[in-house]
Amino acid sequence: MYEFEFARPTSVAEAVQALGAEEAQALGGGQTLIPTLKQRLAMPSVLVSLTGIAEMTGITTTGDGAVEIGGATCHADVAKGAAAAYPALAALAGQIGDPAVRNRGTIGGSLANNDPAACYPAAALASGATIVTNVREIAADDYFQGMFTTALDEGEIITSVRFPVPQAANYQKFLQPASRFAMVGVFVAKFAEGVRVAVTGASEEGVFRWSEAEAALASSFSPDAIDGLTVAPDGMIGDIHGTRAYRAHLVGVMTKRAVAAAA
Amino acid sequence: MPKDIDAKESGIGAATKRREDIRFLSGTGNYTDDINVNGQAYVHFLRSDVAHGRISSLETTAAAAMPGVLRIFTGADFEGVGGLPCGWQVTDRFGEVMQEPAHPVLAQGKVRHVGDPIAAVVAETPEQARDAAEAIELEIEELPAVIDMKAALQDGAPKVHDDLTSNLCYDWGFVEENKDAVNKAFDAAAHVTTLELVNNRLIANPMEPRVAVGDFNRATGDSTLYTTSQNPHVIRLLMGAFVLGIPEHKLRVVAPDVGGGFGSKIFHYAEEAFCTFAAKALNRAVKWTSSRSEAFMSDAHGRDHVTKIELALDADNNFTALRTDTLANMGAYLSTFAPSVPTWLHGTLMAGNYKTPLIYVNVKAVFTNTVPVDAYRGAGRPEATYQLERVIDKAARELGVDPIALRRQNFITEFPYATPVAVEYDTGDYVATMDKLEEIADLAGFAARRAESEKAGKLRGLGVNCYIEACGIAPSNLVGQLGARAGLYESATVRVNATGGIVVMTGSHSHGQGHETSFPQVISSMIGIPEDMVEIEHGDTNNAPMGMGTYGSRSLAVGGSAMVRATEKIIAKAKKIAAHLMEAADADIELKDGKFSVAGTDKSVAWGDVTLAAYVPHNYPLEEIEPGLEETAFYDPANFTYPSGAYACEVEVDPDTGKVTIERFAAADDFGNIVNPMIVDGQVHGGIGQGIGQALLEGCVYDENGQLLSASFMDYAMPRADDVPFYQVDHSCQTPCTHNPLGVKGCGEAGAIGSPPAVVNAVVDALQSAGKPVTHIDMPLSPARVWAAMQG
Ligand SMILES: Cc1cc2nc3c(=O)[nH]c(=O)nc-3n(C[C@H](O)[C@H](O)[C@H](O)COP(=O)(O)OP(=O)(O)OC[C@H]3O[C@@H](n4cnc5c(N)ncnc54)[C@H](O)[C@@H]3O)c2cc1C
Repeated sequence: MYEFEFARPTSVAEAVQALGAEEAQALGGGQTLIPTLKQRLAMPSVLVSLTGIAEMTGITTTGDGAVEIGGATCHADVAKGAAAAYPALAALAGQIGDPAVRNRGTIGGSLANNDPAACYPAAALASGATIVTNVREIAADDYFQGMFTTALDEGEIITSVRFPVPQAANYQKFLQPASRFAMVGVFVAKFAEGVRVAVTGASEEGVFRWSEAEAALASSFSPDAIDGLTVAPDGMIGDIHGTRAYRAHLVGVMTKRAVAAAA
Repeated sequence: MPKDIDAKESGIGAATKRREDIRFLSGTGNYTDDINVNGQAYVHFLRSDVAHGRISSLETTAAAAMPGVLRIFTGADFEGVGGLPCGWQVTDRFGEVMQEPAHPVLAQGKVRHVGDPIAAVVAETPEQARDAAEAIELEIEELPAVIDMKAALQDGAPKVHDDLTSNLCYDWGFVEENKDAVNKAFDAAAHVTTLELVNNRLIANPMEPRVAVGDFNRATGDSTLYTTSQNPHVIRLLMGAFVLGIPEHKLRVVAPDVGGGFGSKIFHYAEEAFCTFAAKALNRAVKWTSSRSEAFMSDAHGRDHVTKIELALDADNNFTALRTDTLANMGAYLSTFAPSVPTWLHGTLMAGNYKTPLIYVNVKAVFTNTVPVDAYRGAGRPEATYQLERVIDKAARELGVDPIALRRQNFITEFPYATPVAVEYDTGDYVATMDKLEEIADLAGFAARRAESEKAGKLRGLGVNCYIEACGIAPSNLVGQLGARAGLYESATVRVNATGGIVVMTGSHSHGQGHETSFPQVISSMIGIPEDMVEIEHGDTNNAPMGMGTYGSRSLAVGGSAMVRATEKIIAKAKKIAAHLMEAADADIELKDGKFSVAGTDKSVAWGDVTLAAYVPHNYPLEEIEPGLEETAFYDPANFTYPSGAYACEVEVDPDTGKVTIERFAAADDFGNIVNPMIVDGQVHGGIGQGIGQALLEGCVYDENGQLLSASFMDYAMPRADDVPFYQVDHSCQTPCTHNPLGVKGCGEAGAIGSPPAVVNAVVDALQSAGKPVTHIDMPLSPARVWAAMQG
């Protein structure tokens, strides 16, 4: 690591102020950022820790029945605290990394980082979640802009994430053998207005919605509805763990399984 | 657990709990990184980020002026210093010695793999050293890299070493005189099965990364190296004699607690030599602690063979001949024992458990722009077992015969047995281990389990194989003829204290195996005193007699035998003292349960009376024997030992994703006599875990430019607890070794040798059961590879 200053604000306002410093960077659970610092791939002047901000942690249910999760809430707390209100989301959180990662890593950090193999982006996009920041609210459909790229501006903080709760939902994660991130993860959410299917891990563009599957499932929410549908291997990730064709194939398999588990 | 557990309360055969685990599990071990010498400085190595290139400029002046920097060393500082030596010289099939390139401590003009050290910055803190390393101005003119072995052997391929004639290290044939006869047998065969396969490159990844601390005492002129090593005496000899020119009496090497090695900590590494050298140059202790990322590109890798194997059978399915062609990757330099692995540790095992009369093995060792490759758990024997047991399985499927029956039909059944590949198996009973396997694996119940799996939409497969290995390396005169530049005996000093307690200083080195528990069990049985009266010390060349260390499942068979010999000397002398004390003849003294008695009388003296007399020799036969009770023995084995066994693996394959899960795994091993059945179970469990890792998960991958793609745990898949099942392990089949005093054979590598073919055989069985025409998939059998194979 290079040297940096450390700030631990207790309110969003203080955090925003601290992040105003040149080369300041927010620190969530540090599960992505700390390894990056150790490899000297980043050189922030000051790290602004968000996990001491009480207003950014915890899980509540809003008036319209949505589940709102503070941006600095760790995965383990979501796995426990959202189990009743949004079981599919809680189950997803419970499958991230290992206990150490789940007790440090935060939902805000995961969504801000937008790793193409991360799990939360699939849940946020499939649920039609709203990313709440210190300055605005961003619809998930506008938020994810490709691998490691989001709509966030410099210094903008995810203070919470609001998830509408579907009638039925499920996340199926096929593990990359080494990292155990999602090689392909599919989140299927069925709402009264329709079905949303979000795929993570597979695409070079990061998380995406599989609209053909959504349309098919809207008319029949059953695994069979996916039969015959394929995603094109072009644009899928190909690496030492699997070819583009393999990932494209897994998208279909995992979608079917998610529907079967949700239906 | 097998029945023999808890059969005895102490001594040989007891499942004594591992005493060293108290410190390992409570965070009180003393590892090399726990050693901090007063005033120590820290080194950071600037390593090559390209696979092959010429250093066109290396400017360190600005970096050397950075805060805290003591000195920056480059290849120029090592011009007069020896390079890292290779400990084994292989002679090729034309009678020529192998090509042996120089292996500098720091790069001299050229870099040859990603991770090759170029410069070393020594500073007051690790951060300052790293900061300055980043400020070094380095320019490398990149050269085309050779990564693929076949490409490396082509005419006109870029040469890894400009001063060698080619990238071929050696072309080894074994047994060369048999070549024509083997070819004729193939011409006459009723059936020939051919298989081409890759034995995947692995990275050992012990839990503890490598560490070295060099120290120099200006007053005495003595150097000390603390290092993560499996064989500190070997490091002292190699580094002292060949690299730095320090005589042994001025050089101490200490390997304290070592957190796993799996072979990767046998070898002498540049960082060890550097820290020792720099400590003297700077008159400051110098410490290096490898990061995990550095370990991936600087620890010796394992395996990496590409093989074509052919098996000839007659019309009755008897094996008549075996022929193999292997390319073995050496990497960019010859690591300490690298040349021996694909030759003498591999070719000599190609007979396996079978009476194939004619065998010819060809191995071409190849230099590439990759990290050096050397011994890794099993070293050569897993490569031999894998190809042999895979080709037999393929032959059975081609011939439509039961793979177990085909093996049984060809088993060696009479011992001793001289193989056509130069070794003589002393004992074994392959029928018994196969019978035992069929029982513990419940092979009779497989069909029902397969039906259950099918109901759940899964393909179930059964894979069975045998293995034989040569352990307890080795008779020194034999390995000397084969090119070893070292003896391979082992040593022990048994020091009995006045009050009867014993300290054994062994040349073996535990890096997790449990010597501190199992060695005292042996002495406890020999003398009849409690195990906790015996303490084991190892790892410090200032204490232990010259020893060769731990690898090749040799500690108990060779090191334990040395300890037995030294203890026999102790007992002989103690009997003389006891005879004197009881005024009896030496020959009438019996030792039992820690008591010396005169045969046929009720006279006795206790162990402690005798040991006290040895050190307080008031009433003592001083004219006949010296006071004191301390003996040293060196044991040089007469032969290798030959553990063997039969393994069975049951897998389920998810036909939608290609994901393989191991449902059952059974191992029936013959390790000869067993000292601690619990430790043996643990060794087998760990070995199978590593074998499953190789078969399903682990793969070290370079891209065509020589960049390491699997350079962290994000991309190099280690086996985790949930990747392995509960094992059925049995070692009740015991044909004791005939030539060592304990009758033991060694159990450390068996699991890693015997398990990969079982897994792959099982997956092929599963796919064929679903009508897929798959005959082979290369390891690791990742979901993507299995799925691709199923698509045809
Ligand atoms: C071993 C391991 C396994 C893992 N497995 C998985 C897995 O299976 N699935 C998965 O999805 N993830 C996995 N992860 C990643 C993990 O979920 C991380 O916690 C997550 O990606 C980042 O969250 P964090 O809170 O640790 O963020 P940090 O590492 O602290 O920060 C990451 C980035 O987000 C920024 N940031 C942090 N918080 C905020 C905020 N509230 N607002 C704006 N910007 C912010 C930081 O500035 C930084 O750029 C794994 C990580 C590890 C180490």
